[in-house]
Amino acid sequence: MSGPRPAGVAAVARAVAWRSIHNFLTNPAFLLPSLMFPLFFFISFAGGLAAIGNVPGFDFPTGYTAFQFVFVLLQSAAFGGVFTGFGIARDFESGFGRRYMLAASNRSGIVAGYALAALVRAFVTWTVLTAVALVAGMEIGGSAGEIVALYVLAIFVNLAATLWSAGVALRVRSIQGGPLMQFPTFLVLFLAPVYVPLSLLSGWIHAIASVNPVTALLEAGRGFISGDPTVVALAFAIAIALPLLFSFWARTGLRRAEAAG
Amino acid sequence: MSGSLTTQVGQLAHRSVLRTLRQPAQIVPALIFPLFLLAVNSGGLKDATNLPGFPTDSYLTFALAVPFMQGALFSVMNSGTDLARDIETGFLNRLALTPLRGAALLSGLLAGSVLLGLLQAVTYLVVGLVAGAELAAGPGGALVIVALSVTITVAFGTLGLFAALRTGSGEAVQSLFPVFFVFLFLSSMALPLDLLETDWFHAIAAANPVSYLLGAFRSLLIEGWDLGALALGFGIAATILAIGMFAASAALKTRLVRT
Repeated sequence: MSGPRPAGVAAVARAVAWRSIHNFLTNPAFLLPSLMFPLFFFISFAGGLAAIGNVPGFDFPTGYTAFQFVFVLLQSAAFGGVFTGFGIARDFESGFGRRYMLAASNRSGIVAGYALAALVRAFVTWTVLTAVALVAGMEIGGSAGEIVALYVLAIFVNLAATLWSAGVALRVRSIQGGPLMQFPTFLVLFLAPVYVPLSLLSGWIHAIASVNPVTALLEAGRGFISGDPTVVALAFAIAIALPLLFSFWARTGLRRAEAAG
Repeated sequence: MSGSLTTQVGQLAHRSVLRTLRQPAQIVPALIFPLFLLAVNSGGLKDATNLPGFPTDSYLTFALAVPFMQGALFSVMNSGTDLARDIETGFLNRLALTPLRGAALLSGLLAGSVLLGLLQAVTYLVVGLVAGAELAAGPGGALVIVALSVTITVAFGTLGLFAALRTGSGEAVQSLFPVFFVFLFLSSMALPLDLLETDWFHAIAAANPVSYLLGAFRSLLIEGWDLGALALGFGIAATILAIGMFAASAALKTRLVRT
């Protein structure tokens, strides 16, 4: 007598993703912060700091709104991953994660499912953010292909942040691990050229931003939106390397969670 | 518990202060996070001082006003979450059985906010000055900055109490954080009002009381003694405090009736 066939990675991932996406879209407590935070940052930076575009040496061709849009897009990509990490931690704290572990024949599918949900979540945020930016009069100098490349970069950032946060969440298995996911992400994002190009930074922040991998992602993204691609190879090398690196982190986290029972 | 108001306030204040001191998770982020943003913003926006009309040649001095407001936002969360926990655990219900006065409860609960406000204000000011910020008003100005910071922190703390009493849920109080953050974002946080080029943003920031609270700090840091800016800052803080206390008292009555 044969029982039902065990579900593969894809089936497990679909099931986990569906539940996470459903929770995200139907619970305002999850949906609103994901939408509001990037919009606040965008409004505050693009609206409140527009005069920075007049600083001597600032010559971004498509204006300050487009300059800040790239940062907020990548930031929302990263924080979409972090918020998904919160969800993983909450699931394990409440015991739901244990049920996933018991039910899933292939547990890598659990992480893949959360990553898929994070991506859908990011797409929802990006749709709203892009619409607001266009309504606000953002200029785009890049071609369709360059704009697609910008969003592909954002997808990689989202995946990297999700895998990083998943690794933390699977180790801590409590929402108390939230700051451990959030703070390093925040740190690495804000120690990049957020307000002005790298060339206008000076002192300690220039030194850190020069070696911060997020700087290359930002510069490439800003190059794409202005139609003047720059450091593309380096940015994509970093964008691909980060998820690969953090997939090991997430996988070992999964092993820890398995060992914890 | 004695029936006298001072004893009641004292008992609850003692508990509130101890509870704050025993929760590093409340104190540490409220100190570290604003200082981190101060460091990043003063490094990243240094060139803003080259804009014609920028009031100082030190962006650090200009930006030093912001941590005091961010610290006050943490007070909303901390005071609200503490009270919500008292509601969730049934502690408030037990207090309701005693002859405790509502004013004593609210005042006592704010003692933790006073302590945190004091700790934050002194830390931000000392770190800012050590990092090279200027204080045009001198040592007397430092005392006024601390007093203003504590007043604002307590005023914002009453809003946290109101939120906790209305919702009775720590999670609901936490979820209000972005709402309060909007007021900071849509203000003259990063540039002076005169240099906000975008019309709609300028209009919102000019109507936002946070811009004037920041202005009061900046007057002491950058200009010296501007009594008009200080009166406006203290006046707004006192108004928020009065509204917050009134709203929290009303919400407390409703919640005690429910219990």
